[in-house]
Amino acid sequence: MQFKPEVINEFEGIASRYPVRRAALLPALWLAQREFGFISVDAMKAVADMVGCSPAQVLETASFYTMYHKEKPGKYHLQVCQTIACLLNGSEEIKKTIEQKLGLKPGQVTADGKFSYQPVECLAACHNGPCMRVNDEYHENLTPEGVGKLIDDLKKK
Amino acid sequence: MQTVEPQLTKRFGLKDSYTLKVFLATGGYSSLKNLFAKKPAEVIEEVKASGLKGRGGAGFPCGMKWSFVPQNTGKPIYLAVNADEGEPGTFTDNYMMMNDPHLLLEGIICACYAINSHMAYIYVRGEFYAQIQRLNGAIDEARKAGYLGKNIQGSGFDLEVYVHRGAGAYICGEETGLLESLEGKPGKPRIKPPFPAVVGLFGCPTIINNVKTLSSVPWIIANGAAAYAAIGTKESTGTHVFGLSGHVNQTGYWEMPFGLPMMEFINHYGKGVKGGALKAVIPGGSSCPILTAKECEDLTLTYESMRDHKTMFGTGCAIVMNEHVDMVKVLKNLTHFYSHESCGQCTPCREGTAWEDRLMKKLLDGEATTQELSMMLEIADNMEGKTICVLSAALAMPVRSFIQKFRADFEKYCKPSISAVPAEIS
Ligand SMILES: Cc1cc2nc3c(=O)[nH]c(=O)nc-3n(C[C@H](O)[C@H](O)[C@H](O)COP(=O)(O)O)c2cc1C
Ligand code: FES
Repeated sequence: MQFKPEVINEFEGIASRYPVRRAALLPALWLAQREFGFISVDAMKAVADMVGCSPAQVLETASFYTMYHKEKPGKYHLQVCQTIACLLNGSEEIKKTIEQKLGLKPGQVTADGKFSYQPVECLAACHNGPCMRVNDEYHENLTPEGVGKLIDDLKKK
Repeated sequence: MQTVEPQLTKRFGLKDSYTLKVFLATGGYSSLKNLFAKKPAEVIEEVKASGLKGRGGAGFPCGMKWSFVPQNTGKPIYLAVNADEGEPGTFTDNYMMMNDPHLLLEGIICACYAINSHMAYIYVRGEFYAQIQRLNGAIDEARKAGYLGKNIQGSGFDLEVYVHRGAGAYICGEETGLLESLEGKPGKPRIKPPFPAVVGLFGCPTIINNVKTLSSVPWIIANGAAAYAAIGTKESTGTHVFGLSGHVNQTGYWEMPFGLPMMEFINHYGKGVKGGALKAVIPGGSSCPILTAKECEDLTLTYESMRDHKTMFGTGCAIVMNEHVDMVKVLKNLTHFYSHESCGQCTPCREGTAWEDRLMKKLLDGEATTQELSMMLEIADNMEGKTICVLSAALAMPVRSFIQKFRADFEKYCKPSISAVPAEIS
């Protein structure tokens, strides 16, 4: 597994912002996730080569952060906030709707690879709870009906 | 209640409020003239005199923090902007960056000039993808127009600003966890001292400030410390973007001077409690001790009133709960959050947060007695003041305040304990 030359170029531009190359490890992992879809062991090795640190250092960092996928997520990754303000306004119902509609438990992916589901902690949109992210996009003021419809729409895409 | 012009949110609602064009047309970057006319030490004095306190949660006086930076180490000095916004119930930095990213950049220029830094990193939580794009767009515009880069507006002052994307970890909002994360490592907080102002990012002097703290600075530089200190109360000067979530009819955020009574905030701005009478308020993010409805009666939105009520101002975003809320379920939510987010390096935190969470599960399962409640309080006492950072205390405080103030909710789940057996039998 290797990065394309243009990605390595992009990385070098980012690395030049820091006095120490290791500091560009989080950005490098973001690039790896964008290019390879998730952070496999092979991706970690490619990141280590590019950054110039050991694979163990990459593993140490990658495993600390929840947003780096260690396995391939679905095409639509549903991240439902389950923290306090969303809880007060019905996040349990949202979780239940997703779990029933897609037959998923937290951390699972549908057989067709289309959806993955992960309850997450406060997304800093508490006044518009319950909320979730679908990939990098926020969906707020969710209702069970609205989420059901959203999933139906995404299924058709 | 004073009415004052908005400082932080005045562009919110304007079309294309985030662009340089609109920013400049509405007085943006106008503080720089005053800024560069002063010596850095004078800027620090001005900010000290304004009374501005850190808005990230700890409320540390901003100017004083800046004055801790040693100027004789020969090392570069850094500014790290805390845009990690992870404290449950807190959501206003989000909108500061979306609606007025240039205001933050203006504040960054002021701060960097004051502390003699030529490099700032904005550490933004990984989930804020749109906010990161906004910031990067604003940085590009500012650089092209000579507000960033070399010799800013002919002042001779150079500054580069970069965005650093986090990747999902509440602990990276803790200032030294943030620095570790900026260095490419797991965000495990550092032992202090040395404080980051002396030994921070890459071993160099570093100031860490919250988004709203920095966004408050340009107004102070433009209008003077005395004008700022005249707003709010003696101890809580200026304005803040206050937030409301949970059980109110109108959730949201509003900029206003410090000093509004909490009940007026809830009833006037929040249009009243939704779904029943008021039961409790967590005043400034989930780490602050919870308050009963009664305690809220004479509470004001100020640092000093929060302190008098034995809670904290925190981030100024309140979570409101109505009478039907089961405090046991809410506390279980928090024990889960903190045990999930503990970085794991200190035993009292790693084990303490996990034990509290397990005991809460036992209670919810109907397997606990009042002995477990006592145990939870005892564990809480052993979690505070014994760890590298205050994440551990940030759970101990809710545990203690929830159980002490809403004990009846908790006892409902308890099965009879040995001590509840009638005296004649025992
Ligand atoms: C566990 C933990 C999480 C924190 N999260 C944040 C955060 O998301 N944003 C923030 O500005 N401050 C956060 N803080 C506070 C910072 O450590 C620090 O006090 C603040 O960024 C300093 O900036 P200020 O003086 O401008 O408030 C957190 C603190 C702790 C202990
Ligand atoms: S609690 Fe759900 S976004 Fe903050």
